[in-house]
Amino acid sequence: MIAAHLPALQIVVPLVSAPLCLLLRRGGLAWALALIASWAALACAVLLLQQVIATGPISYHLGGWAPPWGIEYRIDAVNGFVLVIVAAIGAAVMPYARESVAREVPEEQHATFYTALLLCLTGLLGVTITGDAFNLFVFLEISSLSSYVLIALGRDRRALTAAFQYLVMGTIGATFIVIGVGLLYMVTGTLNMLDLAERLPPMAESRTVVAAFAFLTVGAGLKLALFPLHFWLPNAYAYAPSVVTAFLAATATKVSVYILLRFFFTVFGTTYSFELVTLENLLIPLGVIAILVCSTVAIFQTNVKRMLAYSSIAQVGYMVLGIGFASTAGLTATIVHLFNHAMTKGGLFLALGCVVLRLGSAQLESLEGLGRRMPLTMFAFVLGGLSLIGVPLTVGFISKWVLVQAALERGNWFVAAVILLGSLLAIVYIWRVVEVAYFRPAPEGDAAAPIAEAPLSMLIPTWVLIGATIYFGIDTSLTLGVAERAAQHLLGGGA
Amino acid sequence: MDAPGLYNYWIVIVLMMTGFYVVVSRGNLVKKIVGLNIFQTSVFILYISMGKVSGGTAPILAEGFETYSNPLPHVLILTAIVVGVATTALGCALVVRIKEAYGTVEEDEIQLQDEAS
Repeated sequence: MIAAHLPALQIVVPLVSAPLCLLLRRGGLAWALALIASWAALACAVLLLQQVIATGPISYHLGGWAPPWGIEYRIDAVNGFVLVIVAAIGAAVMPYARESVAREVPEEQHATFYTALLLCLTGLLGVTITGDAFNLFVFLEISSLSSYVLIALGRDRRALTAAFQYLVMGTIGATFIVIGVGLLYMVTGTLNMLDLAERLPPMAESRTVVAAFAFLTVGAGLKLALFPLHFWLPNAYAYAPSVVTAFLAATATKVSVYILLRFFFTVFGTTYSFELVTLENLLIPLGVIAILVCSTVAIFQTNVKRMLAYSSIAQVGYMVLGIGFASTAGLTATIVHLFNHAMTKGGLFLALGCVVLRLGSAQLESLEGLGRRMPLTMFAFVLGGLSLIGVPLTVGFISKWVLVQAALERGNWFVAAVILLGSLLAIVYIWRVVEVAYFRPAPEGDAAAPIAEAPLSMLIPTWVLIGATIYFGIDTSLTLGVAERAAQHLLGGGA
Repeated sequence: MDAPGLYNYWIVIVLMMTGFYVVVSRGNLVKKIVGLNIFQTSVFILYISMGKVSGGTAPILAEGFETYSNPLPHVLILTAIVVGVATTALGCALVVRIKEAYGTVEEDEIQLQDEAS
């Protein structure tokens, strides 16, 4: 009985818990509720994915209204997988949040913090699960508005300007998406994605459809921090509280990639996106530039959080490359990289959060000699860094391997070379941190006050994510298998 | 060619570009929010216009009326208006906090202070 309503529960549990957190007032209670809600969300997501793999796509009619009139939640291999990614990061970040938030956010704002975090989780899950184009916008705004609040809670006053900048860019992006959805509704009279997909092909030549396509691409590109539209991201990630950075870095851009996938392949269809509009001429160059420019910029950052933020934009470049190839191999690379990068970047930012907890700073020079003082944290950071570079036996290697194969399959040697060059650049910026942390002596004098290892409640989530980057780097049957199914599903073959 | 009949859409375009220009060109954070509002309002008009059926009346069943306007876009945009209000409120709240922290709401002055620190 209850299993039939899993798709609704997936959203309702965190959505209802959010205002309850606010009513509880006390930070500790709110945290406990948020923890339970996020774990429940993960359980729902895992059960849904299992069900999808066993029996094919699930269609849930909200309130019993049949689509295309009612809102439909539709879960297939693609968004089932993304749901698990988002919910898993949420579940990993929550236990970690307690200590970190206690240090970085004023006491009286704790309940509000967890409310906003849960709303953000709800929004991201909602964007992923829904099969209705306008519903997608509403959930997108739920997650965006709460993430502006979360970023603004950072201690540095620059967090405020970063949040404001993100608010302006994010609102423009979301408004572009509404315009796109509106134009689609104008020509088709429907908002249901599957219904749209059926009605769009006959009017593919219409200029309204082309305009809608352009608005949706740019709008999602803004939320995604696609290369020339990425200016909001580095500051937002650098000055937000550590938990928020880890959560958003691992989930928000992934969900935006999913929006692109959904519109390009399901709604408009591969033929439209890649034969009529020739999207690859746009995506592949942008991906290449993002990888090269942002990896280079990352090398010159003095704040490690900012460095990782630039590296995130470069990683988005890899995902966009995979979409640009529009082949099963390319899409598999993109989808598997969604998972792999979420684990890697989530783990890295959580490790960095442990450092910030003890040092109060993420500046590169303050990390001197930290390899001996916080061995577990720094070792986790190094493993995450290896995965970012793409060393074998880590998940980063798997994504890059599949992506290079996809590039070679299309005979695109240049792009394959760029992917390898991106890895070399990643070695440089990760090495800078390793050098400072392991090969420089700890500062003498007053700054040398004993710095202990981070508390277990923070180390365990960090190591769970870092452990996942190693585990899924060795045993790829699960992630690659699902990603490949999802890619075939998007391209229209099989479930 | 019934160009005057479609003048709504011209208004939409003009408003959209005006709002967008204000957001991009003004350094004052409050003015940026005003621009953002104008930008969003243009989309409201876009949706409201597309729901209009020529000769149609408000979608309330009554004797003697056969054609009704499409209520769905109107309902949709009601949601978007709420989102717009929330965005504006949050934006204004952030501006207040920025003013407290920096003592100014001018983007270039904030940048100068950030570089100095």
